[in-house]
Amino acid sequence: MKIHEYQAKQMFARYGVPIPRGYVAFTLDEVESAAKKLAQETGSPVVVVKAQIHAGGRGKGGGVKVAKGGATEARDLAQKILGMQLVTHQTGPAGQKVRRLYVEQGLDIARELYLGAVVDRDRRRIAFMASTEGGVEIEKVAAETPEKILTVHVDPAVGFAAYQARELAFALGIGEKGTLGKFVKLLRALYDVVIREDCSLCEVNPLVITRQSDVVALDAKINLDDSAEFRHPEWRDLEDRDEEDPVELEAKAAGLNYVSLDGNVGCLVNGAGLAMATMDIIKHFGAGHGVAPANFLDVGGGANQEQVTKAFKMILRSPKVRAIFVNIFGGIMKCDVIANGVVAAARELGLKVPLVVRLEGTNVELGRKILDESGLAIATAATMADGAKKVVEAVGADAGGAR
Amino acid sequence: MSVLVGKDTRLLVQGITGSAGGFHAKQMLEYGTQVVAGVTPGRGGEKVEGKVPVFDTVAQAVQATGANASCIFVPPPGAADAILEAFDAGIALVVCITEGIPIVDMLQVRRVLEGLKGKTRLIGPNCPGIITPDACKIGIMPGHIHKAGNVGVVSRSGTLTYEAVGQLTSLGIGQSTCIGIGGDPVGGMDFVDVLELFQADADTHGVILIGEIGGGAEERAARFIQEKMNKPVAGFIAGTSAPEGKRMGHAGAIIAGGKGTAAEKIRALEAAGVRVAPTPSDMASTLASMMKG
Repeated sequence: MKIHEYQAKQMFARYGVPIPRGYVAFTLDEVESAAKKLAQETGSPVVVVKAQIHAGGRGKGGGVKVAKGGATEARDLAQKILGMQLVTHQTGPAGQKVRRLYVEQGLDIARELYLGAVVDRDRRRIAFMASTEGGVEIEKVAAETPEKILTVHVDPAVGFAAYQARELAFALGIGEKGTLGKFVKLLRALYDVVIREDCSLCEVNPLVITRQSDVVALDAKINLDDSAEFRHPEWRDLEDRDEEDPVELEAKAAGLNYVSLDGNVGCLVNGAGLAMATMDIIKHFGAGHGVAPANFLDVGGGANQEQVTKAFKMILRSPKVRAIFVNIFGGIMKCDVIANGVVAAARELGLKVPLVVRLEGTNVELGRKILDESGLAIATAATMADGAKKVVEAVGADAGGAR
Repeated sequence: MSVLVGKDTRLLVQGITGSAGGFHAKQMLEYGTQVVAGVTPGRGGEKVEGKVPVFDTVAQAVQATGANASCIFVPPPGAADAILEAFDAGIALVVCITEGIPIVDMLQVRRVLEGLKGKTRLIGPNCPGIITPDACKIGIMPGHIHKAGNVGVVSRSGTLTYEAVGQLTSLGIGQSTCIGIGGDPVGGMDFVDVLELFQADADTHGVILIGEIGGGAEERAARFIQEKMNKPVAGFIAGTSAPEGKRMGHAGAIIAGGKGTAAEKIRALEAAGVRVAPTPSDMASTLASMMKG
């Protein structure tokens, strides 16, 4: 789960990670009063108006502006940002509509650094990465000048050791005593955020050193580990449904794993690996015929008839779906139960596109019999390859007829 | 014969009084696995299926029954703790089926596991388990699709493992041991740990390795196969058609920052002499073609 910059900064503040003063704003009036409040609090009229969307690269896309002349100027700038379709390298060409702004005090910046914490899967540790190249895309630094990224791995039994933080500090050229202490303290506080808030990613880009020698998180990006939701009831308030794919949200509520794709064959599969492999085999036989998967859908190991029906509905709602491929390897889940679910869903929703079903595993004969005797136009397949070929053919024949 | 589990394995089931634990304990008993104990805190003294004694702690269960393997069905909030309890009781093989354990918890489990220096092995979490056909089934896989024989199967995916096993059995090719290592980003045994065992096992003559997008486990497997293995290995990598940055069901199945794509994994495996099946329907036939010569 992704959260907004201002929400991540509120988390930072709770753990003692220094952040600039700032207020979230949903309207232009709120922007103006936030800017006034900041001017009073800081004694400086300079504020930054920042678009809040779940994607990086906001500055380049025109979503971050500095107002040097006070509250009225902040309001004028906010008017340009609020409601715009912000396009960045992470949003895709359609961009994301800006519905929230963050108004923040301007800082007197001396240096910009990069700091990030991720799970290093190969080392099985939290890795902290730091670089002198703050404020730019870290993917670019990693690709062009990997030697500029410094990494330390944290032992979960020890926590972030002060010497590790000092190693990073000296390598970044933060040797001055006051700044060094602040930097070490910030890093260790950030580690607490990652562990206690169950972050799968935590990035500060840039981390700045001010002319007053303070170390401050000027930006904040946090992804939360979905698996830890059970111990964070407060996360429900952090969710911004405007930023999520509505179909994927609906799937999540129904206990299904669903990802929208660009193709025209709806897939309904049990198991994540088999679901991916099903997409792959459709693409394998469909390449050159204009046939590709429209979605990833894993109904899980214990799906019941109701879930199968819900999954069918989600697939059929997409206007681009021209055929459906059901691929089930029934283990604990019995093929006759699945067959009954497929037939019931097809009857309830009406079958407007060709349906190919491949069943294998427990009670497979019974399952096939249910499909055959249903009277519905369901094509059965003996293997994955057979099914994929049949569904590619079905889409092709359909396209031919339409011409 | 097999690796890790066989007729002598004495299994305890953690979370045996839950719906999944109870259901699968029965399935495992029916398959012929020696299920000698169950553990559910607060339910000690009960019996499951009329014969399997339930204990409050893993240590008590081990002391009373000599259990040397554990299968965990404990839900995510208590699953990592259940793994640690099994480690502490000296269980040699811990298989965790539970899906959805927080990654921070697994980092701790992994740290403790490393301190045990090979005395204990962990399979999973988020996996179907391990089976030596006709001898011992630990996990949730359908037993009847398997057939005893000489091919080892190792996979990050559950149903895709069944797919491979189903193909092998329908070609009349049996399996020595099949291991699902799970779909989470941080877990226990990885491909290399399992391949080491298959390479050393005289009765495993060939291997099917099933990987997927995300992480670098397949690349490490490729290096091991090139340097240390002389048995034929056929492979398949799921996710050739997966988009970047989207989690494909499994927590670990995600292409991040252009890393972990199916294409680079297939390249690494092929360079190591692995024959990668062109489609998931050809996993068994690809290995069969290598074993014939």
